[in-house]
Amino acid sequence: MAEATKQERFEHAVLPHVDAAYSLARWLTRNDYDAQDVTQEACLRAFRFFEGYQGGNMRAWLLTIVRNSCYTWLQQNRRLDSAEEFDEEIHSDSVSDSASPEVQILANADKQTLQRALEDLPAIFREAIVLREIEGMSYKEIADVASVSLGTVMSRLARARTRLRQSLEATLGKES
Amino acid sequence: MICKLTPRFVPGYLDGELDLVRAIEMETHLQNCGDCARELESQRALRAALQRGSLAYAAPQGLRDRIQSSLRVSAAPEPPRHKSIWRAPSILRFAGAFAIVALCAVTAWQLAPGLRGPSSEQRIAAEVFSSHVRSLEANHLMDVPSTDQHTVKPWFDGKLDFSPPVEDLAGAGFPLMGGRLDYLEGREVAALIYQRRKHFINVFVWPDTAGSSPTQTMESRRGYNLMRWSRSGFQFWAISDVSAADLSEFVRLLEPHIAPN
Repeated sequence: MAEATKQERFEHAVLPHVDAAYSLARWLTRNDYDAQDVTQEACLRAFRFFEGYQGGNMRAWLLTIVRNSCYTWLQQNRRLDSAEEFDEEIHSDSVSDSASPEVQILANADKQTLQRALEDLPAIFREAIVLREIEGMSYKEIADVASVSLGTVMSRLARARTRLRQSLEATLGKES
Repeated sequence: MICKLTPRFVPGYLDGELDLVRAIEMETHLQNCGDCARELESQRALRAALQRGSLAYAAPQGLRDRIQSSLRVSAAPEPPRHKSIWRAPSILRFAGAFAIVALCAVTAWQLAPGLRGPSSEQRIAAEVFSSHVRSLEANHLMDVPSTDQHTVKPWFDGKLDFSPPVEDLAGAGFPLMGGRLDYLEGREVAALIYQRRKHFINVFVWPDTAGSSPTQTMESRRGYNLMRWSRSGFQFWAISDVSAADLSEFVRLLEPHIAPN
């Protein structure tokens, strides 16, 4: 049966990436329940589009669909942070001069604090960090998943890192 | 003022995205530039922290199983009465088509008048399917957005030559979202929109002039589940991308509220 073969081929290709898909959805929706829902829906959509999949990077292909499903979900639930996040020029890239204490602070950052700081980032910055630092994707792969240029990937990533460091410094700096 | 190369090249160096020549230049530069070296150290510390935190989420137990079973629902040639025969090899297809025609003829003969053959039901199913997809795509899901059945039901007055049963099932997790006029089978019908979590359910209602079988039938088309039944002189079609189990549950809850004429 052609359908069974398609499903088998699909499962063989896609199921190894379900963790990555769920992880991205979990970071973007910020809750388990919706992340599962979005991941399942994205996999079904991927299955429908599977005939059109040309081969190549399956993880990036799946994550592209997951990301789009997440943004649809964010829009439907009005969880997309204000338009401000799309203005990439608002926030300055001021880099702290006193690196050494910062390195110390970062070295002491615990998982919970990191999680909260990352969750507080606007979605487009959060996804840049997740794809780069958690999924270990290249700029090119991130550009494909997020449908933006390499330059945009670089600037989002730079801003995301700066904001993350500022937020961690603000949280952990007080404690030390 | 910090080194102007810092923002331009430190991240690319850290991420291994510089070409070989630039990377070698950067290595030399880092030995002489405190700004770049400090920034690189900070960024490495951030990366180390993120990696130490092992922030990836693993898919929960059961998610894979649910995905696999939803794929089966989506891919399965079901229900056998409607679908599978058209995908079979041609000899089987002719044999099957002949068998179906013969069976329909016999059944129709026995149960006539008024039994709708699968072809008419298939045609309605196709119309229901495209109406549902269109309603979601065209941003025209609702003419009357309201969760109040006492707003939605009177809204249809004067627009339709019948008054559809409207019931809010918010208490059971299927809140009524609103209503819409739609067009199926060459006539105006009521579309009621319910929500299940973030999924929408369209329920199409119109008077059943053909005396359709009250039996519920379910089928799936391209990832959507459709249920058909008739009751109290109305013909009902419910369609959604919720699971088949959720849709059955929804119909089960809706049924008792449809008062007999």
